[in-house]
Amino acid sequence: MLDAKIPAGALDDKWTDYKGHCKLVNPANKRKLEVIVIGTGLAGASAAASLGEMGYKVKAFCFQDSPRRAHSIAAQGGINAAKNYQNDGDSVFRLFYDTIKGGDYRSRESNVHRLAEVSANIIDQCVAQGVPFAREYGGLLSNRSFGGTQVQRTFYAAGQTGQQLLIGAYQALERQVALGNVKMYSRHEMLEIVKIDGKAVGIIARDLITGKLERHFGHATLLCSGGYGNVFYLSTNAMGSNVTAAWKAHKKGAAFANPCYTQIHPTCIPVSGDHQSKLTLMSESLRNDGRIWVPKQKGDSRKPNEIPEEERDYYLERRYPAFGNLVPRDVASRAAKERCDEGYGVGSSKQAVYLDFSEAIIRYGKIEAGKEGNDHASQEDLIKLGKDVVKEKYGNLFDMYAKITGEDPYEVPMRIYPAVHYTMGGLWVDYELQTNVPGLYALGEANFSDHGANRLGASALMQGLADGYFVLPYTVGNYLADEIYNKAVATSHAAFEEAEKEVSDRINRLMNIKGKQTVESFHKRLGKIMWNKCGMARNAQGLQEAITEIQALKKEFWSDVKIPGSIDEMNPELDKANRVADFIELGELMCKDALNRNESCGGHFREEYQTPDGEALRDDANYMYVAAWEYAGESNWNLIKEPLVYDVIKPTQRNYK
Amino acid sequence: MNLNLKVWRQKNTATKGGFKLYRVENISSEMSFLEMFDVLNEQLIHEGEDPITFDHDCREGICGACSMYIDGKPHGPWQANTTCQLHMRAFKDGDTIVVEPWRANAFPVIKDLMVDRTAFDRIIQAGGYISVNTGNAVDGNALPIPKDDADASFAAAMCIGCGACVAACKNSSAMLFLSAKVSHLALLPQGNPERKSRVVNMLAQMDKEGFGACTNTGACEATCPKEISLTNIARLNQEYLVASLTDNK
Repeated sequence: MLDAKIPAGALDDKWTDYKGHCKLVNPANKRKLEVIVIGTGLAGASAAASLGEMGYKVKAFCFQDSPRRAHSIAAQGGINAAKNYQNDGDSVFRLFYDTIKGGDYRSRESNVHRLAEVSANIIDQCVAQGVPFAREYGGLLSNRSFGGTQVQRTFYAAGQTGQQLLIGAYQALERQVALGNVKMYSRHEMLEIVKIDGKAVGIIARDLITGKLERHFGHATLLCSGGYGNVFYLSTNAMGSNVTAAWKAHKKGAAFANPCYTQIHPTCIPVSGDHQSKLTLMSESLRNDGRIWVPKQKGDSRKPNEIPEEERDYYLERRYPAFGNLVPRDVASRAAKERCDEGYGVGSSKQAVYLDFSEAIIRYGKIEAGKEGNDHASQEDLIKLGKDVVKEKYGNLFDMYAKITGEDPYEVPMRIYPAVHYTMGGLWVDYELQTNVPGLYALGEANFSDHGANRLGASALMQGLADGYFVLPYTVGNYLADEIYNKAVATSHAAFEEAEKEVSDRINRLMNIKGKQTVESFHKRLGKIMWNKCGMARNAQGLQEAITEIQALKKEFWSDVKIPGSIDEMNPELDKANRVADFIELGELMCKDALNRNESCGGHFREEYQTPDGEALRDDANYMYVAAWEYAGESNWNLIKEPLVYDVIKPTQRNYK
Repeated sequence: MNLNLKVWRQKNTATKGGFKLYRVENISSEMSFLEMFDVLNEQLIHEGEDPITFDHDCREGICGACSMYIDGKPHGPWQANTTCQLHMRAFKDGDTIVVEPWRANAFPVIKDLMVDRTAFDRIIQAGGYISVNTGNAVDGNALPIPKDDADASFAAAMCIGCGACVAACKNSSAMLFLSAKVSHLALLPQGNPERKSRVVNMLAQMDKEGFGACTNTGACEATCPKEISLTNIARLNQEYLVASLTDNK
């Protein structure tokens, strides 16, 4: 049994009551307590900085050369907060409701409500740190719309919101490093959790430059290591993003929840060839102004600008008039796949749809011309004026598109296709963000808790910072208050020795395979299996096949992988081999989870379970639970169900029509 | 297309490095520069040679990890671009491309094309922040900031910390990097209380790290992938002058 430790009382009061009653640690004791933070993205950097400010002794680890490069930096569109600055009826309840509904009623009410409650504090904190959010001429903060909502609650900094928020958290972290409260370990990778009497007491990390293994003690360990989208090989994740830290925790007892919930983002630059190493996202914010369409005629090979208006099918506007181009990501992705599968796709691969800005350019052009009192501007002038507005809003995204594709999106519509972007599943955590291993916490994308089966746009940044700045600093105290009686365990303890031996044995085993196939080739093959059989649409037969194929791939990997170089040096191939080995195991669990969930919900679409018009068909009677998997040996897991109880919201079929 | 590559190989910081010649074939113009390196590395692994180590992560031009000095230019021939976003359309069949790591005393080579840029983190530690603990903030709209100031601050804050400015500078100066941070924070009212100590301490740290002085050549601005403007250096100088003339310490 897993106890989510949801506080009693009314939903609105739970968090306030919790904060009023949780245990505290006095300042003198904080200095004696050590906390390990793995990962320095939004969740990790904000947690490490906040804990440092509070007086804890913090050690932070990242595999990049600097904490500033964590993949949160690549988030483009924005961050949600229930500020209601636009006076359009937003509130904590609406943000809570939209998030639960967007997640297709598969997330925990209490956690999501807390997220909505602290969302406003995040914006305040970031502004105080000097995050240069977009502003209106009056000097006040600007907002825009995102998918799955009907209010404007998204704060942004052009198309670089993640970068600006991460730099804010990074600077707060570096300030704590300078003050001596945080010790930073960059180019380090966590490779094992150390446990004594069931509690997490530290980690084994590898210095990626020297290859040396290190032992680190912590009264508590926070995993802020991000998502596992790279299990698909091609995704919008950074090349280094990996599941290793979370997977090690899982194999040491932490349950892994809802692994099959993957978010496929609708607007990415399509795959161009076999050489492709990653996919690039075009922010959801583009759907504020871009219209998505395909030709009405199958296999139409005319250039987009030659296809007249009446021969274009704006299929999202047609199918979902209420939300139009701003339906949630899972809905938009499936709709694109449906059109392409039916033969309406565009571009040379026919696996793409158009995202068209021509109408927005004219619309903005008219507004600008109107400001100048010019009611008779020529089409050319309108286009010129409109382009300037579009450039200010989305310039960096348009530039990125042009560099990658060699086409000018101001002149021809973008070609886009869905790609793996985010993983809603992750380590199971309770209300306090603690896994079922005492002393081990998971924050941000690494946990499963807030987004259900589908995350709304601009909510990942919100969750990462909520967990790190405003939730964990309270909840970890509730655990550490009892740890003041426990002295730091010496890293010469047998538990550390054993854990280090496990890690070094595995590394030696990998290096000694000396096979013929490269790590990269295995990763690519795993990705293909996952994308074809556990991707945007899944079915029981495909998933069963995938499990068999992955098991065979695992065997092949452990007998034929080729890793050059040696252990005691900078060896990126070895680092990658460690990660791919874990991805292979995770892939199997994802398929198992998808196979178990005989329903469609959010990003998990089982072809057998759909409505007559192709929408996801949930089965609340049988699957309204969190599927938490407990590791029970090779290719073997026990399913623990955490029932989801909805006290406030009444689940219905999601309707965006 | 088929290409010849002249790549800097160096086993570690202590060992002397040198160029080595490689040939890659059937490279598509759609590939990114790093994908071309992926092809080369796969080839090297199959041939039993050590693959080339280089920094890279997001591959969408924002994390600032990638750092190759290509044909005498940081990040290669395209304007306002990072190595990962450079595509092979920029080259033609038969070209010989020379690839080196960033060259600066303050950025020692770790291996091959990978350098140690932690000096940048230490410069930020010296004052590149606003001292506000979590929970201290007032409402985000309590203090209006003129849009032009916010925009100028954002333009400076776009710096990705890649170090191309240092690699491009004949003096290996970090002034563009430093000035971007000083400008980002000095242009905002929230940055005001610490603006004097910030600029003084960050400059001192820059000198301590072994970066050179600025002679206003502008190579940094010309090569910056995020087009950070040289006017930030002017602002930095102004901030420094005011701080040194009026600081009471």
